[in-house]
Amino acid sequence: MFTKKQLFTKGILAVAPHMFSVIPFGIVCGAIGIELGFSPIMVYAISIIIFGGASQIVFLQLLSGGASTLIAVTSVGVINSRHLLYGAVLSEYLEKLSFIKKLLISYIVVDQGFAESNKFFQKNRNQPYLHYHLIGTGSTLWIFWQLSTLSGIILGSFVPEELGLKFAVPLTFIAIVVQDLKKLDHVIVMITCGLSSLLFFDAPYKSYIIISPIIALFVAALLLRLKK
Amino acid sequence: MTWLSIIIAGIITYFTRMTMVALVDRELLGEKIKAVLAYVPSAVFPAIIFPGIFINDYGAFIEMNDPKIFGAIVAILVGYFSKNVIATILSGLSSYWVIIFFL
Repeated sequence: MFTKKQLFTKGILAVAPHMFSVIPFGIVCGAIGIELGFSPIMVYAISIIIFGGASQIVFLQLLSGGASTLIAVTSVGVINSRHLLYGAVLSEYLEKLSFIKKLLISYIVVDQGFAESNKFFQKNRNQPYLHYHLIGTGSTLWIFWQLSTLSGIILGSFVPEELGLKFAVPLTFIAIVVQDLKKLDHVIVMITCGLSSLLFFDAPYKSYIIISPIIALFVAALLLRLKK
Repeated sequence: MTWLSIIIAGIITYFTRMTMVALVDRELLGEKIKAVLAYVPSAVFPAIIFPGIFINDYGAFIEMNDPKIFGAIVAILVGYFSKNVIATILSGLSSYWVIIFFL
């Protein structure tokens, strides 16, 4: 059995390698906000209030491009709706927490933290205090996200665009799913999602980000039925 | 106005994170749905990976000889065999940089 502290540390260590993409992407996010003409305080507040990488960039780009606030807010909601799926997966492991703890821990559920904690949870189902692992991954991501967007705000246009730092984002997610390429059913689900995301890329409000997972999950349901 | 929209966007985002964890009783989900949920990472992350590689900053498809495709292939191979997150990210980024800066 792991202690709370051990689980917390394991969470930090599990998500730490992803900082190689979180930090550059956070810097880019901060720099873009300044470049688009928003005040440093506003760009930074968004990192704390919304706390969601891609959605922050889209939000600022839409507003600076003259889109209505309704469109900007809706787009953030649509992009971040994928968290509903993460929550549905995690709820199994967080069931026993008090309502208040559930409310607090929800704020730090992010892509990479969900991915790494979920991997750990699947292998260690019966541990008590599993949520300390999620607190480890989530709080690490939170701190580094805040520090890196802050650096981006300060550095601003000093961040060379030619570096293509945003490319670190797909790479970090490749690292998360790459071992599942060993399983044919997962490969089919991944390709379905990937191709759907390209097909629906121009759908309104960036909705490809939730449309393609839904299509892929339907395919997963079909595969489960075929397996039986 | 902008501040109000930031706060509303923040509240909506928080609800996407909190709803399934705190408000929805897990018993409401059937066994079949729970089985399908095991595929969530494979069903969600490619929607971030594919556009991040194949679509450029202006929303257009990239050419098939784009350095990002090469970088992604290197990252997949390195990640698959090394099982190391840092090696995956750095190999993909550095092979991409080698092409855009030196070739």
